[in-house]
Order: sequence, then C-alpha cells, then structure tokens
Amino acid sequence: MSLRIEVVAGGARTTIQDLGRPGWAHLGVPASGAADRRAYTLANRLVGNAEGAPALETTLSGPVLRFGAATTIALTGAPVEATLAGRSISMHAPIPVRAGQELDVGTATSGLRTYVAIRGGLAGETVLGSLSSDQLTGLGPAPLQSGDVLELGGDALSSPAVDIAPVAAATDPVVLPVTLGPREDWFAPDAVTAFLGATFTVTPQVDRIGVRVAGPQLPWRSDDSMRSEGLALGAVQVPPSGEAIVMLADHPTTGGYPVIAVVDEAALGDAAQLRPGGRVRFAVPRAAPRAPEDLEEASF
Amino acid sequence: MSTLLDLRPAGTRSVLVELPGNASVRKLVVAAREQIAGLEEVVAGHDTVLLVWEPGRRPPTDLKDRLAAVLSSRHRDPEPRTIALDVRYDGPDLGAVADACNMSPEEVVRRHAAAVYEVGFLGFAPGFAYLLGGDPQLQPPRRDSPRARVPAGSLALAGEYSAIYPTASPGGWHLLGSCDATLFDLARPEPALLTTGTRVELRVGGA
Repeated sequence: MSLRIEVVAGGARTTIQDLGRPGWAHLGVPASGAADRRAYTLANRLVGNAEGAPALETTLSGPVLRFGAATTIALTGAPVEATLAGRSISMHAPIPVRAGQELDVGTATSGLRTYVAIRGGLAGETVLGSLSSDQLTGLGPAPLQSGDVLELGGDALSSPAVDIAPVAAATDPVVLPVTLGPREDWFAPDAVTAFLGATFTVTPQVDRIGVRVAGPQLPWRSDDSMRSEGLALGAVQVPPSGEAIVMLADHPTTGGYPVIAVVDEAALGDAAQLRPGGRVRFAVPRAAPRAPEDLEEASF
Repeated sequence: MSTLLDLRPAGTRSVLVELPGNASVRKLVVAAREQIAGLEEVVAGHDTVLLVWEPGRRPPTDLKDRLAAVLSSRHRDPEPRTIALDVRYDGPDLGAVADACNMSPEEVVRRHAAAVYEVGFLGFAPGFAYLLGGDPQLQPPRRDSPRARVPAGSLALAGEYSAIYPTASPGGWHLLGSCDATLFDLARPEPALLTTGTRVELRVGGA
C-alpha cells in the first residue's frame, strides 16, 4: 500500500501549490503560491495538515485521481460536483478515501479554482523553499498530466478538527475592496471615478499571473511612459490599452504601467476566483477596519 | 529632509517609496532589510522601493521618519561589488542601433563597452538586471515589434537600460551581443549574479 496518487486526467490546468516562495521578489522571482489563500488553508485545516502543506489547485475543470492508499481529502474554493468512486461528495468537509478509489473533481459551477488537500500533503523537490508551480517563470513542478504519479508527504499535524466549514457564496457582481494608489494621480481626473463607478467584465485572459477586466477607458493624464517599479499582489495595473489587470500570485515583480489601486489583502481570494464572463466592481471601503495605532496611515 | 521621499500606499500591507535617485534606492534596499521589522519583500524600481510587509502586518505609522533617518545616515552606504563580464558584440541589432543613434556600429560598440554600469533593479524574469549608467548618446527606443524568442545570454539595450537575458524569453530590446555568464542559478546560495548596486564592467573579446 503506497501513499501514491495516480493522475488519470490532469484537468484543464491543475498545479501543486503551497504558500509560495516570498522573499525573492528583489531578484525577479514571483512569490507564487495558492491564488486563493483562504480556500487553500481551509482545505489543509480540514484534513489536519499544516496550513502550508502542498495541495492541488484546479482551473475550472479538475483532475481525476486514483488513490493508492486510504487517506482523507478535502475540497474547498470554487464549488464543484465532485464524485468519489462514483458517489457525490461534499465541499468543505473531510472525506475519507479508501485504497483504489477514484476521485473525479469535476468542473466548477461558479468561481475558478478548487483546492484538493490530501492528508499528509504532497511531496516533491522544492524550489527556493516551495513546491508551488509558477506560471510566469516556470519554476516549480509542471501542471498535472495523465500518467503522473503524486507522492504524499507524511507530516499531517493532527486529526481533522472540523467536520464542515461554512463558506459564504460569492456575490454577483463580485465587489473587491481596494486601496487607491500608488499611481492614481497618473490618470486623467475622471478615471478614478470611472474605475470606482463601473461594473467590469472579466475577459478570457485569466491565469495565475493576472485577471484582465474590460470596462470604461481609464485614460492616463499624459502619454509619458512610466519607469518600472515594484508591483504589489492585488495591484490593478492599467496598460495603455485601457483594460485593467488585477495581479495574482504569479505576477511579475516589477511593472512599467501605472497601478490605480490595490485589492485589499482579505479580498485577494475573491479576485483569484474571478472567471471569464464574470462581473466585478472595485470599491474603497467606507471605514476601513484598522487597529487604532494604524489610524495615522492616511498621513502618507 | 523628509521632503526628499514620498510615500504612496500600495494596498493594505505595502508602501511605494519614491526616492530622489538611484543612489538612495541602493542605500534603502540594504538598510530597510536591516532596520525595519516584518518586511517580506524589498523591491527596487528605477527610482522607487516597494516595501511589502508579511501577511497580516501593516506598515508602521512613523515610517516616513524612519526612512528619512535611514537615508540621512552617512556611514550606512554599502561598498559596491564590481563584476567584470566577458561579452561579444555579435548581435543582430548593431546596425539598427547605429542608425537610430546616428553613429557607426563600431562607435556603438566602443561607447557601450566603455561605460561602467550599475544594477538599478531586477524584474521581468528571475535574475534580469536593469543596468544603468550607459552612454547618454546610446538610448534607442525599444524595437517596434518584440521578438518571440530572445536567446539566453543576449546582451541587449533599450532606452537608458542595458541588460543580459538570463533565460530565453520574448523580448523587445535591441540585441547587441552575447555573454556566457550564468546570471541566475538556483543551486547558488545567492541565485542572481547581479543584484541592486552591483557595478558591471563589460570586457570585449574575452574567451
């Protein structure tokens, strides 16, 4: 009985992800890691893993996996109608798997990325401390293909502590809270109003690097070209074409186009779940929840 | 003193620091790591530094004063590292650059090789270093249409920057030549050969 999983079908693009390789952006290496951190860490908690144990991240349609030994799995993130040995299984709950059973993750009915955590976590050769597959640079393991065999680690921390985790359904349109800047003054006077007032449509150009959204033109104040500067996770960058790009986990470390706003940390998972054709708005929270000692932050 | 730097919010856990020039970029990237707690990333740009705090942390409220203190301390300026790279000026765009800059290809090579460069920042790809300090007469705009594949080791020029492509990738810069140095190697403790502040001399005809 080996702790191995055979990939029967890889799905549209299924990758191994963990908490990524932060700390190397100054060398041009993206942080990478699970795009929807909240869903990913929940999946690990449900099977008793450490939060950063390597797990699978799907893109729209998930893989078919055959388990070589009994274990426990959990599915979180984008809702799917998954089956195990032909029977429907629940999201957001630890699911026991018997040796030889086949998991068909299926296709997301909303959202984009489903996480499959397996008790013990996946094993493999890390790159700069991480097993994450980075779409921008190619660092880390390649996306799953049929015939691949996944090795399992043996470092589950505890017995699963929760039976089922309640998760709120996504809204339509998705509303992403943002902080304006750092370059909102690079844009024509009405552009910020247009940005915050419009409902954008998610274009087909969606990957782990970023989400391109279509909406009103967000014209620059002038034709000047900007010098490259560091890009934050969640940055909403506006190239001259006018279609904004929300930067996700594998985003380039620097960019030469102005960033009108940055999606708040707590909403990055929602940004990562945007799918082509979906609708999204950007809003500045009325009263940002901040600790008292941070109130002077506005003096920037 | 504090008017020299401008702080711009870049989301809930990042601040973009605008600086008066690249010398202060180099100073800040070293000092920030040593003197500011809880930083996950310190990302240099041309004349900016993006400071990113660890998840769940927030920039301190007295950041501007702290950065001003860091930048005004004289004894903190680190000694720059100098690296000499052997290059060959055998690139396909020497003629196009010569035309764009109104000089002969020989003059392009002479001026490009004579400059002493300094790494301003990295980006675009792991280990891709933007070299500053090139000849001001040698600043052609990018190519009108980018190449789908630029070979690894290409010595390239666009605007005020020079660079050597660490890996094969698409690219819109003019290709002046080639270099055999390994610019990015995950097996090394410091994977990137060139980092912010490194001085670079180009040696023609090596090997």
